[in-house]
Amino acid sequence: MTWLTDPLSFHFMRTGLLAAILVGATCAILGSYVVLRRMAFIGDAIAHTTLPGLVIAYLYGISLFGGALAAALATAAGIGWLSARDTVREDTAIGVLFTGMFAVGILISVKAKSFLDFSHMLFGDILGVTPMALILIAIFAFLVLGTLALFHKEMELTSVDPTYAAVIGLRADWMRNLLLVLLALAVVTGIQVVGVILTSALLVTPAAAASLLTSKLSRMMLLATIIAISSGVIGLYASFHFDVAGGAAIVITCTVWFAVALAARNLFRRPTRH
Amino acid sequence: MKHPRFPYSRIRHGTPGPEAPALECREVSVRYPRAEHCAVVAVSLKILSGSRVALIGANGSGKSTLLKAAVGLLPLCGGAIHLHGSKAGGCCHRVAYLAQRGELDWRFPMTVRRLVLTGRYVHLGWFARPHRRDHEIVQKVIDLLQIHDLADRRINELSGGQQQRTLLARAMAQEADMLLLDEPLNAVDAQTRQIVRDVLRTLSQAGKTIVVATHDAHDIEVDFDSVVQLSGGRLINDLPSASTPPIVADQRISV
Repeated sequence: MTWLTDPLSFHFMRTGLLAAILVGATCAILGSYVVLRRMAFIGDAIAHTTLPGLVIAYLYGISLFGGALAAALATAAGIGWLSARDTVREDTAIGVLFTGMFAVGILISVKAKSFLDFSHMLFGDILGVTPMALILIAIFAFLVLGTLALFHKEMELTSVDPTYAAVIGLRADWMRNLLLVLLALAVVTGIQVVGVILTSALLVTPAAAASLLTSKLSRMMLLATIIAISSGVIGLYASFHFDVAGGAAIVITCTVWFAVALAARNLFRRPTRH
Repeated sequence: MKHPRFPYSRIRHGTPGPEAPALECREVSVRYPRAEHCAVVAVSLKILSGSRVALIGANGSGKSTLLKAAVGLLPLCGGAIHLHGSKAGGCCHRVAYLAQRGELDWRFPMTVRRLVLTGRYVHLGWFARPHRRDHEIVQKVIDLLQIHDLADRRINELSGGQQQRTLLARAMAQEADMLLLDEPLNAVDAQTRQIVRDVLRTLSQAGKTIVVATHDAHDIEVDFDSVVQLSGGRLINDLPSASTPPIVADQRISV
């Protein structure tokens, strides 16, 4: 058991553990809506577009967290704006927007010859989460989870039946924009742990695995949270004991959970119509 | 009926006018966004409270479009619609709308009971959670539509007829004074057909206004007081139902 308890004598491990729990719960619960509303691509786009925000913040010596947040919110606003118009298909517009912004981020970082300085943001560093970053993660997690709890029934209704929601005066586009803002906040917390490139996996994989095992949204959120947190903790210990990249270990664990859920579903699933 | 503290839309929760017709259309024209032609052209009709009216017509005749415009899903490009004295889309706590089944994501992880419960949300508004009375109303309509054995099943496990009964249960859970039903008997089994007919009869006896858009004239012979026919988006006429005693047109419906 010492391999389990000894690492916790280090401050950075305790900080990492709390970060894994907070980020796991936030991404898993929000991710349930992301998966059910088929917004996985948007989550990926917002995560990638934080790169130019991070690079610019680094170059100007301001908060990386703030830079990432500004870029994520700008992307969320851009996607919301594009969704309201039919000029090009939404997935096409997002594809253009996020690859373009990611390319800008790479260009600036290479020009500044500082790629390695924020590689921990690209690939995540759960052992490097600072106490200040942990406080910000906690604030964002509280904001995201609190908002979802407050608007749960509206979020659920606009997901399952936006037409009926519109009839009773509940605007589905408002709830979607709110979800985009929450997604931006969750992404900013996620990149601390698994990095820009892999954050969308935290949003999608645990929720997708859970959706294979249950038919209730509340249970799906609970299962996704368990999967995300356990993956975070396993990744944290793997990073400590075996000196592997924490973000990659976390995402691989999530993927293994997904494979297990898929196998379990195929073994025990009930036949369904529709 | 209790007004929600934080309604989803103050415009839509307008106070109904006394003595106002349940549904009144004056020279209503409706065009879908980016469409070249109007789907509904200069339709005028008045439906009094307590009426049971069928809107009939072939696919594309404009009957579903008219209902969508009435509940505020489509903007008008001419004329005016009033529901209980409020403009189109208004008074939604007193008007229940049953859309066609395809407009819902049936794969969403939700139970039948939970979906029926969403019919109470218009009375709850933002931040309020369903009370015991809401759950009691849900149970009552679930029993009435004979879906109690399905109540805790996931909605993607339902057959077409069961889906339709679930949606009608939700519309009834709203406890509205008027129900606008779009093709409620489309592609459903004989059992559901009979249950829906019985429920419509019960609602009518309770004084509710019922407007049903249907392309199946066969159903009208049995169930409706009056018939309004649409073709190419235009009103053709209104006819008393063959199976019910003739009614004075302007007593029930005037065009």
